[in-house]
Amino acid sequence: MALSVIARLDPGSRAAKRGMSDLAIRNLFIIPTITFLIVFNIFPLLYSLGYSFTDFRASTNAPAKFVGLDNYKFLLNDEFIWRNFTITAKYVIISVTGQVIVGFGMAMLLNRDIPLKGLITTLLMLPMMLSMAVVGLFWKLLYDPSFGIINYGLGLGKFEWLADPDVALYAVALTDIWMWSPFVMLLSLAGLSAVPKHLYEAAEIDRAGSFYTFTRITLPLVAPILMIAIIFRTMEAFKTFDMAYILSSQPTTELIAIRLYKMAFLEWQTGQSSAFAYIVLIMVVAITNLYVKYLNKVKER
Amino acid sequence: MAGIRTRQEVFFNRAAIAGVMVALFIMLVPIYWITSTAFKPRNLATTIPPTVIFTPEISPFVKLFTKRSQLRDPVSQEIYDAAPWWEQMVFDGGQKVVRSNKGVVRRSGYGQRFVNSLIIAITSTFLAVSMGTLTAYGFSRFKVKGEDDWMFFILSTRMLPPVVVAIPMFLMYRLVGLHDTHIGLIILYTAFNLSFSVWLMKGFIDEIPREYEEAALVDGYTRMQAFFKIVLPEAMTGIAATAVFCFITAWNEYAFALIMTNRRAQTAPPFIPSQIGSGLPDWTVIAAGTFLFLLPVAIFTFLLRNHLLRGMSFGAIRK
Repeated sequence: MALSVIARLDPGSRAAKRGMSDLAIRNLFIIPTITFLIVFNIFPLLYSLGYSFTDFRASTNAPAKFVGLDNYKFLLNDEFIWRNFTITAKYVIISVTGQVIVGFGMAMLLNRDIPLKGLITTLLMLPMMLSMAVVGLFWKLLYDPSFGIINYGLGLGKFEWLADPDVALYAVALTDIWMWSPFVMLLSLAGLSAVPKHLYEAAEIDRAGSFYTFTRITLPLVAPILMIAIIFRTMEAFKTFDMAYILSSQPTTELIAIRLYKMAFLEWQTGQSSAFAYIVLIMVVAITNLYVKYLNKVKER
Repeated sequence: MAGIRTRQEVFFNRAAIAGVMVALFIMLVPIYWITSTAFKPRNLATTIPPTVIFTPEISPFVKLFTKRSQLRDPVSQEIYDAAPWWEQMVFDGGQKVVRSNKGVVRRSGYGQRFVNSLIIAITSTFLAVSMGTLTAYGFSRFKVKGEDDWMFFILSTRMLPPVVVAIPMFLMYRLVGLHDTHIGLIILYTAFNLSFSVWLMKGFIDEIPREYEEAALVDGYTRMQAFFKIVLPEAMTGIAATAVFCFITAWNEYAFALIMTNRRAQTAPPFIPSQIGSGLPDWTVIAAGTFLFLLPVAIFTFLLRNHLLRGMSFGAIRK
């Protein structure tokens, strides 16, 4: 710092000649990254914005024809697309609720004197580090109606987890809960361990019941961090593709990302799918905004 | 108060330990199951009741890396199992051997996909972490106009659903010939991980006291020297943690790999599920492929255990 001040005051000094200026270094360090992200994330989106107003199909050589807002009109009026949105909403609610209950529950259990706590926490963390595609694949084996260990363990006989259209979405959500509850647990644990001990001691002196202590001390103090976990998981569940795509091919589990994939790369409706991608994009940006707001809130504490 | 433990507390603690054990059991059973299936003989993989005790064998791994496991025709299981693994055979209607090339073993596609995964994940991790560290330093130490907005912009690129980005990228890659190339996937994964690496590294660098560098500057170091000789060594733990996270993300990625590659540069995640194919899936082989694929991640999770929380929250929550 001091040097840069000297350099500015006296451009001919040794300090000014030595090395690059702070400004140059800052630009050298930051600009490549920003450029890279713009070229490979923003530019493609602008590129597809153009296509979203056309009837372009990447599978043919026919030139793209400008169709104005037709793609958007079509998509927003298409009942099948709305069904995909409903399915996704249902999936997000089931899996995020499940994760919060299981994850927070596990955190409450672990927030005590448990022997080997570090090892147990690490082992519990294993599922969320795995590949979602591969997890989907081996849960297929676990869900198998005739020899899957889930039916065997729960004594469900030949229960059809994935072949029954009404159950398949729950099966996918259950796998997601298995995989991501540890994430909620991890964040909840951080929140729980940050609650000052003296609050509990004071509550005990006041003879507060455990329910009262939980709702008046624990929950409010953990809430912001739990909120981050919820928003983050909502966003990720909204984007789910890999696991659901591999686990089930039922129309009842056709999440938005799967519909988008099929539209773009199996039906080759490039123009229409670009428009669809934009609709999804706007929703994601809205959720991201919320997420960052909460992240900054927690950071400030 | 802390020393005295009422009966009630002891009871609750024991109940909690029991609860944790149950949770741990449920969470680990699927992982145990895929691991054990990878070492089972084929006829024990799909039994009822499930086989828990068995003599482990490596035949699933042999089948995984050789061509024979790739047979697509529905084959009667007895014929399949009776034949030695090194024989490449073509079956007719699942009952009779039509052609048998004794002693012919070909490599299956798995090894190549695994190597592809390694090349792409390692290269993209290296790029994302080095660029991310520099950028994080820039944001951490210098005044940047609209810093919060830039950081939000950087984060938002990570939040895009892969398929949304994949549609235009697919068209552009086809145009410039990057479709199904290693470089193509490396670029995509670098972009994907870069935002994460900037956010995480910024947290780590913010924690290094500025005084270290300022002392070095006073001693006659240039800013660059101070960065490379003072800041980088201090940030090494953070860099390692970030690298492992980026590696895992790139290693596990499925959607881009599915869309952008089909053979030459395909990574393992889209390849393993495609092996189920039609007919009778050999779950031991799939389990073996899965096991090998998950193994590096499991090891990394243990190495990373103290940084998991931080990585998962984009560096916002520290412990």
